Amino acid sequence: MNSINSTNSYSLPHEAQAGKIYTAMDNSFLEGIRVLDLAGEQGFLCGRILGDLGADVIKIEPPGGDPSRQTGPFYHDIPHPPKSLPWFAYNANKRGITLNLENQRGREIFRKLVKSATVVIESYPPGYLKSMGLGYEDLSSANPGMVMTSITPYGQTGPYSRYKASDLTLWCMGGMAYVSGDPDRAPVWVSVPQSYVHAGANAAVGAMIALFHRELTGEGQWVDVSIQEAVKRTLLNARQFWELNGIILKRAGPFRIGLSTNANQRLIWRCKDGYVNYPLIGGLAGERSNTGLVAWMKSEGMSNEHLNDIVWKEFDMANCTQQEFDYMESVIGRFFESHTVKELHEGAIGRRVMLYPVYTTKELREDPQLESRDFWEEVEHPELGETIAYPGSPSLFSGERPKLGRRAPLIGEHNEEIYCGEAGLSCDELAELEREGVI
Amino acid sequence: MSRKALEGIKIADFTWVAVGPLTIKYLADHGAEVVHVESSVRPEMLRVSPPFKDKIAGINRSAYNACLNNNKYGLGLNLNHPGAREVLERLVKWADVVAESFSPGMMARWGLAYEDLVKIKPDIIMYSTSQQGQTGPYAKIAAYGAQLVSLAGFTHLAGWPGRDPTGPQGPYTDTIAPSFGAVAIIAALMQRRRTGKGTHIDLSQLEAGVNFLAPAMLDYNVNGRVAQRDGNRYPYAAPHGIYPCKGDDRWCSIAVFTDEEWGRLCGVMGKPELAKDDRFSMLPQRKRNEDELDTIISDWTSGLSAEDVMALCQKAGIAAGVAKDSRDIQEDPQLAHRHFLWELEHREIGKHYYEAPPFKLSRTPCELNMAGPCIGEHNEHVCTRILGFTDEEFVRLVSEGVLE
Repeated sequence: MNSINSTNSYSLPHEAQAGKIYTAMDNSFLEGIRVLDLAGEQGFLCGRILGDLGADVIKIEPPGGDPSRQTGPFYHDIPHPPKSLPWFAYNANKRGITLNLENQRGREIFRKLVKSATVVIESYPPGYLKSMGLGYEDLSSANPGMVMTSITPYGQTGPYSRYKASDLTLWCMGGMAYVSGDPDRAPVWVSVPQSYVHAGANAAVGAMIALFHRELTGEGQWVDVSIQEAVKRTLLNARQFWELNGIILKRAGPFRIGLSTNANQRLIWRCKDGYVNYPLIGGLAGERSNTGLVAWMKSEGMSNEHLNDIVWKEFDMANCTQQEFDYMESVIGRFFESHTVKELHEGAIGRRVMLYPVYTTKELREDPQLESRDFWEEVEHPELGETIAYPGSPSLFSGERPKLGRRAPLIGEHNEEIYCGEAGLSCDELAELEREGVI
Repeated sequence: MSRKALEGIKIADFTWVAVGPLTIKYLADHGAEVVHVESSVRPEMLRVSPPFKDKIAGINRSAYNACLNNNKYGLGLNLNHPGAREVLERLVKWADVVAESFSPGMMARWGLAYEDLVKIKPDIIMYSTSQQGQTGPYAKIAAYGAQLVSLAGFTHLAGWPGRDPTGPQGPYTDTIAPSFGAVAIIAALMQRRRTGKGTHIDLSQLEAGVNFLAPAMLDYNVNGRVAQRDGNRYPYAAPHGIYPCKGDDRWCSIAVFTDEEWGRLCGVMGKPELAKDDRFSMLPQRKRNEDELDTIISDWTSGLSAEDVMALCQKAGIAAGVAKDSRDIQEDPQLAHRHFLWELEHREIGKHYYEAPPFKLSRTPCELNMAGPCIGEHNEHVCTRILGFTDEEFVRLVSEGVLE
C-alpha cells in the first residue's frame, strides 16, 4: 500500500511557487473498501469522492443505463446516454455494471455483492429498496459492518418524505432560492444545478464518519441524508435573522445583504468588458483594501477630494448612510467602468485590493492559479479517441492531489470483469443473465 | 448510549469565519473534542456580523458566529504574546488535528507552520484551507467568501439573461469546501491509524467550488460552450420555474420533466385542454413556447398560496416546493421531524437554535450539546483540565495577558 510521503518530500510553498510539479498520488486512503453505488444524480458525487480516496466504487445501473445519463450537456452535443457530461464528471473513478433489481435473480446477485461490500450508496424513494427485500435491515443482517448511505430529498421519514422533488424545488425548500436574485423578480437558482452536489458531498461526510466508526468497532450503520438540509447548510445566517430579530432576509440583486449594515452595499460592479466583485467594507481588511483602491484611483486621476479625505481606519460601515454609500459607489463605479476585468484583477493583486473578477467557465479554465497547482487532470477516453481535462480532486495531502485515473464507466463496461472475474459467475451464466434481462 | 463516532479525536481549531468552523463542526457534532482558539484583540469578522441578540452588536452576541461553533471549547489566546508559546506547544502535543483557515503564511509567523508542528508532534494532521490554496501565484490574496463566489464562477451563473448577474446569496463557496475538508480530515485520520503518519491537507476553496461546476467545465473543455445564467430555466424540463403566489413576495417552484406530468399539471390547474394544445403537448414544444407557458402557470399560481400550489402539485405527483424564507425554515415541519434544530443555551445570547449536519447516523447520531463559546469562555477548563496547567500556572497566564 502506498503511504503518504514523509516530510522530506513535502514541498514548501516557496519551492512550489518556483516551479515544483505535483505528482498525482496513488489513492490509498480507502484501499480495500468496496462501494456499491446505486445512486442516481442525487448522489453521484458521494461515490466519486470515495473513489478519489481509493475506494473500489462499483456503479450499478439498470440494464440500458441510469436514466440520468439522459441529462446533458453531452459530449459534442450528441444526446446519447454514454456521452452525458454530468455523468462523466461525477462518475469518474468508478467501475460500472448493470443489474436489474426488479428481477428476483438480480436481487439475489445484489445480496451476494453486498457481502463483499463495505458501503452501499442509494437514492431511491424511501421504502423502495425495503419493498424488494433490500432495505437496510435486510442487507445489514447479512453484512452487519455495512454502511448504507441513503440520499433522498427530505430524508427517510417525515411529512415531506414522499414529496416529489427536483434540484430546483430542493433549492427552494432549503431556502437558498428565496434570498438569491433580483428583488423585483422571482428568486433564482444557479444555472448549473447545485442541490444534488451538496447532497453528494454531505453524504460523503456522513459515510466517512460511519466508516471511521466501523474501523474501530466493526459496526455498520445507516446514513440518512436529506437534500433539503444539505441546501439549508448553504444559507449560513438567514434563519437566525428571523429567530433573533424577526427579520426575513430578502433578495438584493448585485448588492450584499446579511452583513453589518442597514444600507445596501454594492458587491457586483460593471467594468469595461464584464464584472468584478468588490466589497466596500470596514474593519482591518476593508481599511487595507479601500486605502489601496483609493490610492490606485488617485494615481490615475479618478478619485476626488471626498474619497481622498476618508480615513478608512475609522470607516464605520454599520452607521454609514445609504446616501454616502451611493456617492462613494458612483465615484468608484466610474473607475471600474474605465477598466477591463483583467486590468482590475491584475492591478488589485499588487495593491492588496480585495477585488475578484466575475469569472466564467472559460476564464476558470485559463486561470493561472489553477494551472500552477495542476488542478486540471487529463483523463483518457479511449472510446472517444481523446483526453478531456477534468477538475481535480480539491484536497491535497502533503502537496499531492489524489489521482483521477479512471473515466466514468460505459453502460455495463465491467460486467465481465466483476461478475466473472470477481463474483465467480461463469461466462455461460453471464450470457444467460443477459438473455434474461438481469444484467 | 453508545460511543460517539469521533470520540477521542482531539482538534486544535485555529480557524475563523465560515469554511474552517463549518468543517470542524461536522466533527464536533459527532464527538470530537475541539478547542477553538480565538483572539478578542482581533475578533473574527463573523463575531461582528449580525444577527445579534436584541440587535445590539457585541463580540459574544452574534448568532452567525455562534451557530458555526457549537460543541467547541473557547480558548482566548493572544498569539502575539511570547507567553503563548507554552500554551500552543501543549495544545499541539494534545491534538490529533490542527486546523487553520488563515491566508497562507500566517501560521508560520506564529511558529505554527506544518514543519513547526511536526517537530512538536511528528504524526500531527494539519488542515489548512484558504481561498486559493497554499501554493501558486495567487495563494496569498486575502478576501472573503463573498468575493470568492465570483472567482469560482457562481456569480455569473445566477440571475437573469440581459441583466447583471446576482449570484447565489452570500459567501456561497464557504459552504462547499467544508464537506471536502471534513472528508479529507477523516481520511487522514484513518490513514494515520494504519501507517502512523500524519499529513498536511491543503484545501483550496476555489478548487472545491469548481468541482461543483464540473459538468459545465467539461462542456467548455469539450464543446467550447461557456455556461450562462438563464433565470430558472433548464433544458430538460418545462415548466421549470419559481412562480409568484398570493401574499407578499411568496413563491413556489414547479418542475415538469415528462409529458405525463404535464398532463397531470393541466388537470390540477383545471385546464385539461392544455394537455392537448400543440403549443405545449410535448417537451420540445413547451421549451419553444416557454414564455407563454410561464405566463399560464403564473396566472394559476398567483391566485393561490405557495403552500397550496405545492400541496396541489404534490397530490398529483409533480415536483414542487415553496421558496422558503427565513421564517419558513425556522418553522419547517420536515426539519422539525428530523430534529434539525437543537436548542442550546448560549451565555450571552440565551437559548437559541443550532443546526445538525444534513445526515442522520443510525448508530452514532450527532449530538449538539454545547452552545457556541464566548471568546475565552473555557480558558480555565482548557488550561487546567485539557492541557494540564496547574491552577497557579493558569492564574499566571491570565495575569500576564497570555489568555484573553
